[in-house]
This record gives sequence, structure tokens and C-alpha cells, in this order.
Amino acid sequence: MFETLTKRLSGAFGAFRGQRELTEENIEDGLRAVRTALLEADVQFQLARDFTARVKERALGAGIVKGVDPSQQFVHAVHAELVEMMGPEDAKIRFASQPPTVLLLAGLQGAGKTTTCAKLAKRMRERGGRKPLMVAADIKRPAAVEQLRVLGRKLDIPVFHQEGLTAPEVCAAGVAAARAQGCDLVLLDTAGRLHVDDELMAEVADIARLTKPHETVLVVDSMTGQDAVRSAQAFHERLELTGVILTKLDGDARGGAAVSLKAVTGRPILFIGTGEKLDDLDAFHPERMAGRILGMGDVVGLVEEAQDKISEQDAEAAYQKMVLGSFTLEDMLAQIRMFRKLGPMKKVLGMMPGMGGMMDKIDVDDRQMNRLEALFTSMTPKERLHPEVLDMSRRRRIARGSGQDVGAMNDLLKSFKGMKQMMKQMNKLGLGAKLGSKAKKDALRGMSADGELAPDVGGGGMLSGLFGGGGGGGLPGGGAPEGLEGMLGQRGAPRPMGSSSTRKQQKKKKKDKKKSRKGRRK
Amino acid sequence: MGLFDRLKTRLGRTRSALADGISGLFRGGREMDAALLGELEELLYNADLGSVASEVVEDLSRKHKRGELNGEADTRDALRASLLARLPEVWGEIEFTHTPTVILVVGVNGSGKTTSIAKLAHRFHSQGKHVLVGACDTYRAAAAEQLEIWAARSEVEIVRKDEGADPASVAFESLETALVLGHDVVILDTAGRLHTQTNLMDELRKIQRVVSRKIEGAPHEVWLVLDGTNGQNAVQQARLFTEAVDVTGLIVSKLDGTARGGAIFGIEREVGLPVRYIGTGEAMELLEVFEPQAFVDAILAEA
Repeated sequence: MFETLTKRLSGAFGAFRGQRELTEENIEDGLRAVRTALLEADVQFQLARDFTARVKERALGAGIVKGVDPSQQFVHAVHAELVEMMGPEDAKIRFASQPPTVLLLAGLQGAGKTTTCAKLAKRMRERGGRKPLMVAADIKRPAAVEQLRVLGRKLDIPVFHQEGLTAPEVCAAGVAAARAQGCDLVLLDTAGRLHVDDELMAEVADIARLTKPHETVLVVDSMTGQDAVRSAQAFHERLELTGVILTKLDGDARGGAAVSLKAVTGRPILFIGTGEKLDDLDAFHPERMAGRILGMGDVVGLVEEAQDKISEQDAEAAYQKMVLGSFTLEDMLAQIRMFRKLGPMKKVLGMMPGMGGMMDKIDVDDRQMNRLEALFTSMTPKERLHPEVLDMSRRRRIARGSGQDVGAMNDLLKSFKGMKQMMKQMNKLGLGAKLGSKAKKDALRGMSADGELAPDVGGGGMLSGLFGGGGGGGLPGGGAPEGLEGMLGQRGAPRPMGSSSTRKQQKKKKKDKKKSRKGRRK
Repeated sequence: MGLFDRLKTRLGRTRSALADGISGLFRGGREMDAALLGELEELLYNADLGSVASEVVEDLSRKHKRGELNGEADTRDALRASLLARLPEVWGEIEFTHTPTVILVVGVNGSGKTTSIAKLAHRFHSQGKHVLVGACDTYRAAAAEQLEIWAARSEVEIVRKDEGADPASVAFESLETALVLGHDVVILDTAGRLHTQTNLMDELRKIQRVVSRKIEGAPHEVWLVLDGTNGQNAVQQARLFTEAVDVTGLIVSKLDGTARGGAIFGIEREVGLPVRYIGTGEAMELLEVFEPQAFVDAILAEA
């Protein structure tokens, strides 16, 4: 249902192709597209309207930029305005000079306070060297205290609770306990409450009065609709929020609430919840959120994940294999595993530009990758090192061994040959000699240093290699992973728009895929 | 107190957002015109109607052009008619045609599944049914404990296993227990999952499969619990859950704040699912049968 903004815009600007600049007239369709995109992302109506007015000003004020077509210029303006609205970048939790730092978590029911509390405690312990104590102050919801206790046990982080006290009393006692136990960070997990429930709002205000929190954080479900604004306002009035945490962003919610929240409270979004695991709490980056709201992907996030999880040595080793032309199935498997370290396929692909809006249509999941890996692991080491020995009989055996049909095995070999071919081309271009060592590794990771997907020079990048060569990165619709299905085999991924890839090989692949897709529908 | 009145009180704050806004539009004897329609559209957007807001306003705009809209009363009537026409035709209380009737309850994290199930169990129990709840949420910490406490409060029986157990096995055991002990209704709670998590959606399918193998035709109902504060993403939830497990109805929770439940309209247009019940508060009794008329009236009624 969510059309990406870029797609919408290409429609809006289609009529003006050939025009060299944005004008009062031709910008209107674009603005309408933006407004609709924002409303579909649950940005508050009035904010959306004010926003488009500012975009208009910025876009028209910019004048003609060389080499940039009007639609690109326009999207830039939209993106920049969104970032500005959601900034500042990388807000951090401020710790008290006199420990313990008290952090109060509040929010509506089901926003994810308890889970967030545990994630936050874990993160603060691991990355901030803190000694956290979690206070279970939700005495309303049955077993909420137990839930936090279980999480505390899992993480080996102490949880404070005392029966028979009111929620404010529990919190006050919790802070005292932290002091006594030498904990320097107290996280108060409070009950979910509706902002229109006066009694409960008074209670949370009491908690704040008694514990004097250094940080008062509103936890908000990213799927929240227009109510986000009203509830944030109400909480802010009562509690003087210092920040916001946005949860459940691993789904397909556009998260327009982020825009509304910042605008209404003026407080930064500190973290975002991105999964069920207790590690899944990330810092908030307005840049990326803007991309998400507009359906433009999150390249920066992808690069960071890659840097985080793929070691220099692994990258270097893989690179050497590629340039030396000694690339084997063994290496391909190593690359796939390296790639998978980045996280679940859906998450990683969702970060690719141009993919955001299509995630609901793509049927790529980790089991498919598992099946792929199963093919590799069903081969003998010799077969992996010398793929040329793989005759039909061996292929059949491998397919059988991994519980798949031989077609899957053939697909894999086709992808392998494709990759090898690309590497040869890369060598011919003498890329190895030209690139410095850092650039080499970046190329290997599939991106250039400034966070865009590496231009497709022979498809040297690891990621682009896996995807059969990514296109150039950047705004709108560029750099969509082409030939995704080449790697993943069987199922057809939707055609990414605006891809810059031109290689014959891929065109052929496209045709093949179309055929096979048709065949499957029957 | 009739249902309408109760709903009106519970949905009271929704009303203040939209109905008062409409009164405000006409203040000072303002005439209906394009600008006013634009503001009305904004009000509807703020009630989470999404693009349905534009459609409704188009409806009104056509009527206005034909000269059928004069003043506030006309506008309210037309709005009411337009909104009503966009709500599902099928709705209301479940009829128990099987013994046991198996109800599978699904939804995203934090949508209010467990609380809704507690309310349903209480409701059916009060109707004299022999109710069993199955705690198939073996993932979230203390989820089973939560359901257990609720079950004890409403005096219904529960089947549960330890954290990390296979949810399908809990479902299986629940049915087995119900068959032996002769329960009329089995309500299965499941772990919250985002509709984009393919593996978890497969887990739901597995539960459904196991259930249907044990009792033919079961689960007889699959209800999606939707957080009433959710915006346009609710439509995606409805769509993807329906694709995975053939959802047969909706329960809309947390309908006691402001601007709530507007997503129902979008869901009806895109997916077409009947709304069965709505949750209107924290207490166990606060679960109402959904009635389109009452719902729209509560949204639009004058203060």
C-alpha cells in the first residue's frame, strides 16, 4: 500500500520531463505527493502541511543546480527538511554528576517499556560501563514485575521491587536501593497509562516528583497514528520529557510519529527499538529516519553494520581471493556467511536504497539463505575448492543431500560463474592496482567511504557481488540491488526501479527470471 | 445504561477530538465551502482515517455541489452516512456453533492480545460457557504468568508450559484438554509478532495446522487484535496477518483514548474484516460488541 515517495514523485514529475528547473507551478504535484507520503507515514496532518510549505520555499530557493534534475533537487529538499525536523543528530543520555542517574520510562500500554528497559540497561552496561538497576514499578499489569525479573535474570542485571508499596514508593525505594548497592544507573519501568487518564497521569507525575529523574523518556510505538502527538503533548506537560524512544521499528511502519514527536516535544529521539532480541536497540539517526519515511532506504546504516560486524582481515582475505582470481565456492560460502553476519535478510535488504517500499512484496527470508548454505555444506571440500568437478551426478547428489532439487544447485553455480566473471573483469580493469588499501576494503564491503554503494565497476563490491552488482548509490531510486534473485535463486524479487545497471548478463538474467516467474504462477 | 451511552462515555474523548472539531468548523455561522471541507478533511485525518478521509470529504463535496449540504446538521448526517457505509456489514458477537469452538488470537507486540483474551474469557464465562485458555505465548517473559493471573480472576482454566516451549504443542495440549474435559470454548493466546517477520508468521501457520489436525475445521475463528492507537500501519497488519492465517475478525483494543480506531475504515476498504469486539478500558468487563452505528455515533455525537 505504501508507494515510495520516489515512485510517486516520478509520476508527479513525469509531465515535466525536459524542464530544467522547479517552478511554482510544477512543484505543486510534487508537494501533494510529499504530503500524501507523510500522511501515510502517520505524520500529523498540520505538521505535514507546514512541512510542505517549507519544502516549497527551500526547493524553489535553491535555484538551478547543475547536473541535478528537478525531481532530485526536490527530493533533496524534502529529505533535508525532514532531517532538520527530526534532528539533532545522535542525542545521548546525560548522566548525573552525582550518581545514580535516574531514568524514568513512561508511555502508553503496549508501547514496549519493559522490553526497552531491559535493552537500555544492557546497552548502558556494555557500552557505557554502567552498573544499572531496573526498578519494576508496573504494579498494574498482571505479571509485569515478573516479566522484568525474568529479563533481569537473563541479563544478570538486578531488578528491584517491593510488594505492598504504591508505584511512586517502589520507585523511591528503588533509587535508594541503587545507592546502597552502588549502582550508578536506575531505570524506572512504569505502568502503561493513557494520557487521558488523570489518575494515572498524576501517579507518574508523583513518581517524577519523588525520584527527580535526570532523564524522563517517553516510549512510543512506531506504529502509533495521529494519537502520538496528543499523547506526547500530555506526557510532556506532566513530566517534562527529556527524550523519546521509538519502538518496533523492525516492522514496516514508516514511523512518521518520529517527526511528530520531535516537533511537539522539542526533545530528541534517543534510541530506536529494532527487534525482539535484547541487543536490538540502536541510536537514532534523523538522516536514516528521513530516508525511511520517504521510502529511500538506509545506506548509512548498512555501511555501519558492515563496519561493525565484518572484520578487516575477513574483508582483506576475501579481496585477495577476488583479485588473484582464485575465487572458489569455498570463498563464496565465506562471503555469504560474512554477509549474513549483518543481520536477518529482511533487515539488511530493508536498508538498501529503493528496497524500503518493496519489502512487503519481497519474499526473501533467512530460510532461503539457509537452504543456500545447505547446498554448500552438502558439497565435499574438494568440490568447493574445484567447482569444475561438479558434473550432473555430483550436482544431483548435493541437491539430494540438502533436500532440494537440482535446479537450485544449477542456480547456485550460475551465480558463482557470474561472480567469477565479474572478478575477472575487475582484474582486467586493473582495479587492484589503482585502489588504495582502504578503498579496496570499502569496495569489498560494497560501498564507498562516504556511505554510498560503490559504483558498479565490474561489480567488485562484496555486497554488489552477492547481488550481482549494485548500481550507483544516491538519491532517488539509484543503487537498487539488481539481480537479487540471481543469488537467492528461485523466487523472483520485484524489479527495482531506476537501476543503473546495464550489463548484458543481467539483462539476460532478467529475461530468464521473467520466464520462470510466469511459469510459477501457473 | 444502554450500549450506546456506555460507548459514548468510553469513546468520549474520541468524540471531543472530532465532534467538537466539527462544531468548531461551523462556529460563527460559517457557510459550507471548499475551505471548510478542507478543514473537515484535516479533522478526519487526525482521527487516523488515512486516505479514507479524502474519500469521505469527496463524498460530502459532491453533495455540497448538488446543494444538499446546508449547515452543520446536514454535514453531520452526510458524514455519518458516509462513514457508516464504509464500515463492515458483518460484525458482532460470536455464535458458538462448534464444541469446542477454537479461537486463535494473533497480533503485533503490545497490541493487547493477552488483556483482550482475559476479557473474552470473562465474557464467555459469564455467558455460562466452559472456557479454556491456552498460553501459546512462550516467548515473552512472564506472558504465561500474566494470562494465568487473568484466568484465575475470571475463574477459567488455563493450559501453559514453560518459557521457550513450542507454541504449537501448547495449542495441541489445550485442545486435548478441552476435548477431555468438555470445554465449550478454547481461546489460544499467541506471542506478539510483527507482521513482517516471516519466520514468526510461519510459526502461526504451524499452530493453525496443528489445531486443524486435532479438531477438523478448527480454529473456527482467528482474531487479530489491533491497537486502536495505531495509524495507517494497522492496514498492513490486517493484510499480512490475513495472508498468513486467514484472519476472520478483528478486536480493536485501547479504544478509550483520543483519535482511536479510525484505521478500521482503511482496513474495511483494503482487507474487509469484520470487527467483533472493542476494548474500552483496563477492567475485565470493558469489552464491547462492536456496532457500526454506535461506533460512528460515538465518534460524531455532539457533546
